[in-house]
Amino acid sequence: MAKMNLLQAINNALITAMEENEKVMVFGEDVGHFGGVFRATSNLQEKFGKGRCFNTPLTEQGIIGFANGLAAQGSSPVAEIQFGDYIFPAFDQIVNETAKWRYRSGGQFSVGTLTIRTPYGGGIAGGHYHSQSPEAYFAHTPGMKIVIPRNPYQAKGLLLASIRDDNPVLFMEPKKLYRASVGEVPEDDYELPIGKAEVIKEGKDITLLAWGAQIEIIEKAAEMAEKDGVSAEIIDLRSILPWDADTVAESVMKTGRLLINHEAPLTGGFASEIAATIQERCFLYLEAPISRVCGLDTPYPLAHEKEYMPDHLKTYEAIKRTLQY
Amino acid sequence: MHDRNHLANVGMTHEVNVITNGLLDIPMLQMLAEDGTPHKEATLPELDEKTAKDILHAMQYVRVLDERMIGAQRQGRISFYLACTGEEAATTASAAALKPQDMIMSQYREQGALAYRGYTTEQFMNQMFSNEKDPNKGRQMPIHYGDKALNFMTISSPLGTQIPQASGYAYGQKMEGTDAVTICYFGEGAASEGDFHAGLNMAAVLNCPVIFFCRNNGYAISTPASEQFAGDGIASRGIGYGVKTIRVDGNDVMAVYAATQTAREIAVKEQCPVLIEAMTYRLAAHSTSDDPTGYRSREEEEKWRAKDPIARMKAWMTAQGWFDEEANAKVVEKMREDVLNELKRVEKVDVPVIDEIIEDVYDTPPWHLKAQLKELKEHISKYPEHYPKTSGRLNRG
Ligand SMILES: Cc1ncc(C[n+]2csc(CCOP(=O)(O)OP(=O)(O)O)c2C)c(N)n1
Ligand SMILES: [Mg+2]
Repeated sequence: MAKMNLLQAINNALITAMEENEKVMVFGEDVGHFGGVFRATSNLQEKFGKGRCFNTPLTEQGIIGFANGLAAQGSSPVAEIQFGDYIFPAFDQIVNETAKWRYRSGGQFSVGTLTIRTPYGGGIAGGHYHSQSPEAYFAHTPGMKIVIPRNPYQAKGLLLASIRDDNPVLFMEPKKLYRASVGEVPEDDYELPIGKAEVIKEGKDITLLAWGAQIEIIEKAAEMAEKDGVSAEIIDLRSILPWDADTVAESVMKTGRLLINHEAPLTGGFASEIAATIQERCFLYLEAPISRVCGLDTPYPLAHEKEYMPDHLKTYEAIKRTLQY
Repeated sequence: MHDRNHLANVGMTHEVNVITNGLLDIPMLQMLAEDGTPHKEATLPELDEKTAKDILHAMQYVRVLDERMIGAQRQGRISFYLACTGEEAATTASAAALKPQDMIMSQYREQGALAYRGYTTEQFMNQMFSNEKDPNKGRQMPIHYGDKALNFMTISSPLGTQIPQASGYAYGQKMEGTDAVTICYFGEGAASEGDFHAGLNMAAVLNCPVIFFCRNNGYAISTPASEQFAGDGIASRGIGYGVKTIRVDGNDVMAVYAATQTAREIAVKEQCPVLIEAMTYRLAAHSTSDDPTGYRSREEEEKWRAKDPIARMKAWMTAQGWFDEEANAKVVEKMREDVLNELKRVEKVDVPVIDEIIEDVYDTPPWHLKAQLKELKEHISKYPEHYPKTSGRLNRG
């Protein structure tokens, strides 16, 4: 075990994957010699050479198009999009190409070896274009897996699983936690399961569900509610697609209440999908409507960032409302 | 049957001819040598004393602003800054060759153009402090300026997006028949985006009066131009798209002014796009989030520091008898005071009232945004100390 922050855990996972499989190649804007604007790819070029870790020209559609071709050929590309907010020039390559490659060829061809890494999320004074959480756009795309870690341990295990999974994976990294989240991480190779949520804390009155950086927020809200005598069960969804409806439903059948928190805007956010499925599965168990604590339906504003965020206080208030329903 | 027009201008060859990089030699226009002396063969553009001084002062102002605001960011007073240092001539002299009615669509490092147009220190500060006086309502990171009155389109962070937009904007200007063009600034890195190619091709095919102004400053964050493209810079691409093209020394005010003036004339008279590639160097770090020591050498920076565009302009103006060291020192000192005073004053101005959070998403806020605002205000009033920037003014607006 070693103490690592989230960036170091990602760097460590990339080294592990590249050492184990020489077909793993890492590239994107500034990821080469410089090691990426956040330093997630530090020293990879020195260790593995320019052929396997390199800068690309500044073109996201190019990066993912190139990665698609490379994956189809049988290599294992790990492509970095510098910020989640800049993934949209590659939207066509991801939605129409990456996600449909296997299906359209009847399984003859696939880009299942592709992993796309991108930092996402706010709370860093990043304004409109360094704060967004675009997971729901991709969750509407059959053929993609979407994975989001909440801490360094999760990041390494989930990234290794994503790189080796035989499906294209969008791996979204909560950049607010890059240096802030520090924890024990095994130096050995290990994987954590994709498609499995994790019950972080058991409770009996309400289920609190989130992913990525918002886990800290619901944990803080749960502590506040605990003082009022509320016992909250906390679940990290970890995979947005495919998502672990069984674990969530099982929890809700026990607690009778569900609150979902995400940073992305409320309307069309992934919480809507979860709420629809859970009310279907757990209708007779629900004591209160499923609560969603999310970003506002506005672009992400700089001056009002604090007000915009679905923070622990908003979550705490929503827990109270749900319990008093 | 196939339309044969596409072969109309194609010559014939009967040997296998491979056309390579370098066959097309695109020289760089330089009018003033690095020491400020005009080249004998150069016909300098007509530039009167007042315009020359306005250009020099705008360049000096931007350097003062950059120095001060990098300091302010280090002190934690603003969250982010991005300097123009080294590229003052490219961004200022180009704007000086335009008319006020011409639209500017910039990338983010063009504060020279904005300063030349008369954007005030207070306006710069209002934007950087995201306060209630910023006409962009404090929604974007520092340096994302925009001012309707100055025909300066609000900056957007996603790179390259403004390039095809400038083609469209210029097409509208052409259809209106006004004497106005659009200038579109971007970096050599942004020119790798698909939007660059789409924008140039559309402007060429649809005959849009737009000036594409590429600042080739050698770097896109850490990525050197040598890892950005393998062709002959950005200029060679203009030719490929059928866009008239000029390559210019971006640190030479005279050359940039002449090139942009010519580009504007062509754009207006011939109603077509022109590409300018200005060769320059990003002397500053990419932004306050960046440290260039990890990817380039001091020697390289020093080499370019010696090509300082401001020094070159001063030297030329001195020869004209238009530059007095002492008088200029006073002007610059006044700029420093102005920046410092405005910084201190403006940093105390409030952020916008919370009601503005739902404005401008649409022309008028729909029901769901009104409901979200109401809920948010109720929440803030429950925890006023947690939202100190807005809780004191919940009933205003
Ligand atoms: C679509 C998109 N991708 C990535 C970024 C992140 N980014 C911001 S500036 C920059 C480098 C731009 O270089 P260049 O266009 O040469 O302009 P310069 O900074 O040199 O003025 C990058 C990669 C972005 N803003 N938008
Ligand atoms: Mg550049």
